[in-house]
Amino acid sequence: MPYELKMPQMGISISEGTLVRWLKEPGERVARDEPLFEIETDKVATEITAPVGGVLTQILAEEGALVPVGTVIGTIATEGEAAPATPRATPAPAPAAQPPAPAAATVAPPAATPPAAAPSAGPAPATAPGRPGAPAEAGWISPVVMRLAREHGVDLGQIRGTGFEGRVTKKDVLDYVARQAAAPAAGPAPTPAPPTARPSVPAAEALEEIVPFTPMRRAIAEHMLRSVRTSPHVTGVTEVDMTRIARYREGVKEAFRQQEGASLTYVPFVIHAAVAALKAFPLFNASVVDDRIVLKKYYHIGVAVALDDGLIVPVIHDADRLDLAGLARAVADLATRARQKKLVPDEVKGATFTVNNLGAFGNVIGTPIINQPNVAILGIGSVVKRPVVTEDDAIAIRHMAFLCLSYDHRVIDGGLAGRFLQQIRLGLEQFPLP
Amino acid sequence: MREVTYLEAIREALWEEMEKDDSVFILGEDVGAYGGAFKVTDGLLKRFGEWRCLDTPLAEMAIVGAAIGASLMGMRPVAEIQFSDFMISAFDQICNMAAMYHYRLGEPVPIVIRAPFGGGFRGGPFHSQCAEAWYCHMPGLKVVAPATPYDAKGLLKASIRDPNPVIYFEHKHLYRRIKAQIPDDDFMVPLGQAEVKREGTDITIVTYSAMLHHSLAAAEEIAKEGVSAEVVDLRTLSPLDKATVLGSVRKTGKALVVYEAHKTFGVGAEVSALIAEEAFTALDGPVARVASLDTPVPFSPPLEEAYLPNRDKILKALRDLAAF
Repeated sequence: MPYELKMPQMGISISEGTLVRWLKEPGERVARDEPLFEIETDKVATEITAPVGGVLTQILAEEGALVPVGTVIGTIATEGEAAPATPRATPAPAPAAQPPAPAAATVAPPAATPPAAAPSAGPAPATAPGRPGAPAEAGWISPVVMRLAREHGVDLGQIRGTGFEGRVTKKDVLDYVARQAAAPAAGPAPTPAPPTARPSVPAAEALEEIVPFTPMRRAIAEHMLRSVRTSPHVTGVTEVDMTRIARYREGVKEAFRQQEGASLTYVPFVIHAAVAALKAFPLFNASVVDDRIVLKKYYHIGVAVALDDGLIVPVIHDADRLDLAGLARAVADLATRARQKKLVPDEVKGATFTVNNLGAFGNVIGTPIINQPNVAILGIGSVVKRPVVTEDDAIAIRHMAFLCLSYDHRVIDGGLAGRFLQQIRLGLEQFPLP
Repeated sequence: MREVTYLEAIREALWEEMEKDDSVFILGEDVGAYGGAFKVTDGLLKRFGEWRCLDTPLAEMAIVGAAIGASLMGMRPVAEIQFSDFMISAFDQICNMAAMYHYRLGEPVPIVIRAPFGGGFRGGPFHSQCAEAWYCHMPGLKVVAPATPYDAKGLLKASIRDPNPVIYFEHKHLYRRIKAQIPDDDFMVPLGQAEVKREGTDITIVTYSAMLHHSLAAAEEIAKEGVSAEVVDLRTLSPLDKATVLGSVRKTGKALVVYEAHKTFGVGAEVSALIAEEAFTALDGPVARVASLDTPVPFSPPLEEAYLPNRDKILKALRDLAAF
């Protein structure tokens, strides 16, 4: 039996990834753990190594294809097995007039493709998976759309639907076929067309630009929408005096920079205080499954990192086992590698609580959206010097910041959230400095 | 070419057929001296005399029964039922006699029953109904329902010359409201042929009788939104012109059936089923229907407005289909 290469699960919430490049040709020998292909999901871009040694016999997913997790994308004949190499999967038998299949085709059509775990819930058309016209995620397919897709050898997954709930309409298919026919044969992969404008607004193209979602943008959009739909958000804000920490940081930050090659931010201090508070308030280190609360006895802290084109939340696993220096190194390392797109999948999985540095963008207060399936997220605003009335009614200049906690009101009520925030505030103000 | 009303077109058809063929005569309540409840037969008594323009008692069963008998004796009677609602009284004669006579005994029954139908004029439950589906269900009957003066005249002449019993539903609301130019010559509109009254590419509206005009108005309106609706006027309900309906739906991929009868078990159900059976692979959306509510026709003007289909209800259905 040839070994079936599958699209790997690159993160707990990841359902698909783009196959960027094959590093081997069919027929080529590949050693175990040798880089075999590159993939990109909305979270990471990474090389995947061969899980077994042998000969790459079949490539079932074209470069550029968006492939559901778990889909077979190729096969390897393991040592001792003499399987003839099959050339790269050819696109569906197409009418003579059909232009070459676009490079951005999804899973190539041969029948070897098992049913993709596509989330579309529409009535399954009476077509075997993998045949032209059977899309991974085209939604409800009308009879005429199914027929046209088959007649024209069109992969419906390539067509952006403009109909009800995003379904691909007859017009969408016909427009797509017309565009394909008009496109130069050797041109770049056609991008999915934007929804066709009504004929009555011809000027719109000049005044508006249409930018398709990147995989990351789509993931962010879906995640944010899901979060606000899932959790009734409440944001509580408290003010924290960071003066002690600020002075300490001032003293060590040059040394830290020289040693670690990154700047020491306030984030590791906040994580440290947050972990201590999470231990005192287990309900904040939890998730909701159906009508049950799952309290977690491990402390994986997500740290939001802004990227040029989006946002990623790498995770410090077992943050409670790290001291301040360890946290600082972890934060600096993850942030750097996030910007270089060098995170590995496990590093973006499994957060139990999330910290967000609002001050990175000069904000003093924010209302963060919960990183599902967490039940709370903590933001810290810019640490700024402010005149403050001290306990003995003097006015002093202190380093102040706002702690902003968004929590899921399904499971956390305001009183508890207030106490939790105060715990973090005290943890920061009385930070056990080294 | 002359401009005539829908009502005048019907009268002209009767007049010309009576001039042309001595076996054609009319009978019904008040069709003679009074000229018909709606004045459709006005002048016929004077021109053709009381033996060809018979005032009958208020007995629909007798009117239809006499017509059947006369037809068996070689005549071509045109019976008028004053309101189609009362045709139920003659249901046995129509369905058990006229519709089956040729099948049972080999004798044709070339009668026409003219039946004013439809609402929109505050006639209430006994003077507004659209019961065409009952007769469409009956093998052996032909059923027509014209919407324009041209079709009204052409279909009535074709009905009179047809050897089968034909129920001719004329819409009361169109009598004097709809006018059009028609040719002067002796033209006919063949039974069993629908007509595309407006060409379009995105949605097919299948309709007939008064609803044609609402449908055309809705099609004009939605054209402003960039949606091109094709309007098929069935004209003859039985036998149904399948080819025209299916041809249009195969072109557009979406269908809306608009009819004035109660929605449930109506002509719309038959047309929808036909499309689902024979044009399934052309469909790009559910076959939709706009029809009257499943209640008696209300007297109250606002209630009747709410009960009847109209341009805006059709427009909404078109928008929903276009967005699907």
